[in-house]
Amino acid sequence: MPSVESKSSLANLTNLLPKLSFSTTLAGLARHLALPAIGMLIFIMLWHVAAQNINTSLGKFPGPAQVVEQATSLVNEHQAERQREQAFYERQHKRNEKKLAKNPDAKVKIRPYTGAPTFFDQIITSLITVLCGFLLASLIAIPAGIVIGLNNQLHAAFNPLIQLFKPVSPLAWLPLVTMVVSAVYVSDDPMFAKSFVTSMITVSLCSLWPTLLNTSVGVSSISQDLKNVSQVLRLSWYEHVTKIVLPASIPSVFTGLRLSLGIAWMVLIAAEMLAQNPGLGKFVWDEFQNGSSNSLGRIMVAVLAIGLIGFLLDRAMLGIQRYVSWDKSTATR
Amino acid sequence: MLYNRKKTITKVPFAASKAGLAALALTSAMLSTGLLAAIGEPEKEDLKFGFIKLTDMAPLAIAYEKGYFEDEGLYVTLEAQANWKVLLDRVIDGQLDGAHMLAGQPLGATIGFGTQAHIITAFSMDLNGNAITVSNDIWSQMKPNIPKDSEGKPVHPIKADALKPVIEKYKAEGKPFNMGMVFPVSTHNYELRYWLAAGGIKPGYYAPHKGDTSGTLDADALLSVTPPPQMPATMEAGTIYGYSVGEPWNQQAVFKGIGVPVVTDYEIWKNNPEKVFGVSKNWADENPNTHKRVVKAMIRAAKWLDENNNANRPEAVEILARPNYVGADAKVIANSMTGTFEYEKGDKRAVPDFNVFFRHNATYPYYSDAIWYLTQMRRWGQIAEQKPDSWYMDTAKKVYRPDIYAEAAQALIEEGLMTASDFPDPKTEDGFRAPQTHFIDGITYDGRKPNEYLTKFSIGLKDDDQI
Repeated sequence: MPSVESKSSLANLTNLLPKLSFSTTLAGLARHLALPAIGMLIFIMLWHVAAQNINTSLGKFPGPAQVVEQATSLVNEHQAERQREQAFYERQHKRNEKKLAKNPDAKVKIRPYTGAPTFFDQIITSLITVLCGFLLASLIAIPAGIVIGLNNQLHAAFNPLIQLFKPVSPLAWLPLVTMVVSAVYVSDDPMFAKSFVTSMITVSLCSLWPTLLNTSVGVSSISQDLKNVSQVLRLSWYEHVTKIVLPASIPSVFTGLRLSLGIAWMVLIAAEMLAQNPGLGKFVWDEFQNGSSNSLGRIMVAVLAIGLIGFLLDRAMLGIQRYVSWDKSTATR
Repeated sequence: MLYNRKKTITKVPFAASKAGLAALALTSAMLSTGLLAAIGEPEKEDLKFGFIKLTDMAPLAIAYEKGYFEDEGLYVTLEAQANWKVLLDRVIDGQLDGAHMLAGQPLGATIGFGTQAHIITAFSMDLNGNAITVSNDIWSQMKPNIPKDSEGKPVHPIKADALKPVIEKYKAEGKPFNMGMVFPVSTHNYELRYWLAAGGIKPGYYAPHKGDTSGTLDADALLSVTPPPQMPATMEAGTIYGYSVGEPWNQQAVFKGIGVPVVTDYEIWKNNPEKVFGVSKNWADENPNTHKRVVKAMIRAAKWLDENNNANRPEAVEILARPNYVGADAKVIANSMTGTFEYEKGDKRAVPDFNVFFRHNATYPYYSDAIWYLTQMRRWGQIAEQKPDSWYMDTAKKVYRPDIYAEAAQALIEEGLMTASDFPDPKTEDGFRAPQTHFIDGITYDGRKPNEYLTKFSIGLKDDDQI
């Protein structure tokens, strides 16, 4: 009867409204804001004290004050570099105008700025490299994981290889990858720098394993009920994969993707140091080579930036997982 | 850069238009009469050069910052490299168009010690610039063996004779005496070995024909490769007791109180060749005009660095202290670049020619310089068998290219940027310096007689010796 239904639906609605009360709001605020803030403050105080006490002949350990100082100087350097870039383009324009004035038919070009990349340029380079490497890894790992997960024979055949290559460090792959890229990627006017390709491939090689393993595990452990549905409806292999397998295994796939992204970001910093890709890894290595009294502070700024970006990447992945999942409760932390 | 972006505004090619054809005719007429020896347009304008963070990469930094590269129509990006091996590999595989190289690297690469590739150089970047530093502990053991002057300060140059008793003591205790240098074919390696051998200490042999490239056969002192920025830390940790390296790493040791420089390479061999600007032969053949223009810009930079009795050096120090160049603190770089050198803490002495960029024909690529490095490679076994004098000459001529230098110099003279007196006279210069006598052990070096030179040393391979 309509009246009873509407009454119960009204009751349902009121159940959904958040139960506001003074104590729950305070508890919520404490959990989300105050406690992390207190944790941070204690950490910064301990760090400050420890840094004052670590004073070696090779330098003083950078404390929070040095980090803030160096971060501001990095911002200033970035702005100074942008001004130098402006001056560079102005000089070019003047030179081109002189050339055209002398001979209106001369060929003139606008050349891109030749100055060194700043800290923020290097962050962008690192982000682009890690995302390209991660995408490449996912494109290989997800289909491979699905195929291996669905087929027991293939799983038995490839598992030893996966376990063998999984623990290999990026720095061990690097000389081999550099050699292959140098030999194969030859072109008079390459679109991508070799150092970028080398870093990207090293990142892919090291980060595809968690996705591969988690996808295959997720695919092979779909509930039997779902498999029965597929058989009853006589779904084609393609429909079986896209309608049953993929949606059911999304939590595992995304766990794998999040692990892979974390590893990709770590590997990238190491690979850049030797492959000379102009990103954060190269920034740290160059600062280490500089050995100036600011160097340790700047390296600490880079360490914090690396950590922050890794955290943000992970949160982004989590957001995508929530959006794509059909069961929202599985993606919580 | 991640990917190469070029925006071109192309107009009708100059040569095809009527005005172009007329100009072409006029230019060829002038060229045939020798009136216009100007270098043509560069084949490649976007260039990337590598360098290692040492103060003698200065000519590259100055040529960029003062706009000399841009004056030649070249758009150069300078990029610091992780170490000498990575730098050489990237020049060989084309990622870098050219680089700041150790004087021995083009030679080593061309003769096949290490990665084989034909590398050439047409520009010597500087003379001198290195020193040998030992740890505080070793210094305190060396000091009693060094004669003092009337003020009680150690008499310079300090010879390795003062180190010999220390090494014998370590040997008697069964402890290996480790020292660091930057690369197997580095000037630092050969200078350290020269200094040690002059004091009667055996620095070890290489035996590449037997597969042993460690350079420690039959050695009293074991020399190994350490990247320059890691040298102070490695010495502090006790892994090495001393090292031979360029600046700012010797003065860094003094500033941080972890070591004492004992001798500069200026005192080991006065005005020795140090770094060169190396490019692969293929690149030079494909881009001759570009190469000459690069040399022109760098000659101007070198001249600026030594101008007016080093008046511009403080400005150079400020530029080098920037994090994208050498990056060390300005006060550490300032010492050596402005003509003083601090040995023991507080013992600062004047060494005005610690870094020479243009004086004494520093930029000219002399064959005799190349041959000295080849003789030292032979002396320590990197060249496994005896070679005739003619082999030394031919190799030097293949790698060092004063002909390219001469064309660049000529263009600078014609443009009025330099005068003929700035350069060695091309009519009388044959590429060999007069026999050089200012070595720490007093032996004279004549570049025309390499095999005879090798016989003068008591330690080292000579004639047809083989390991």
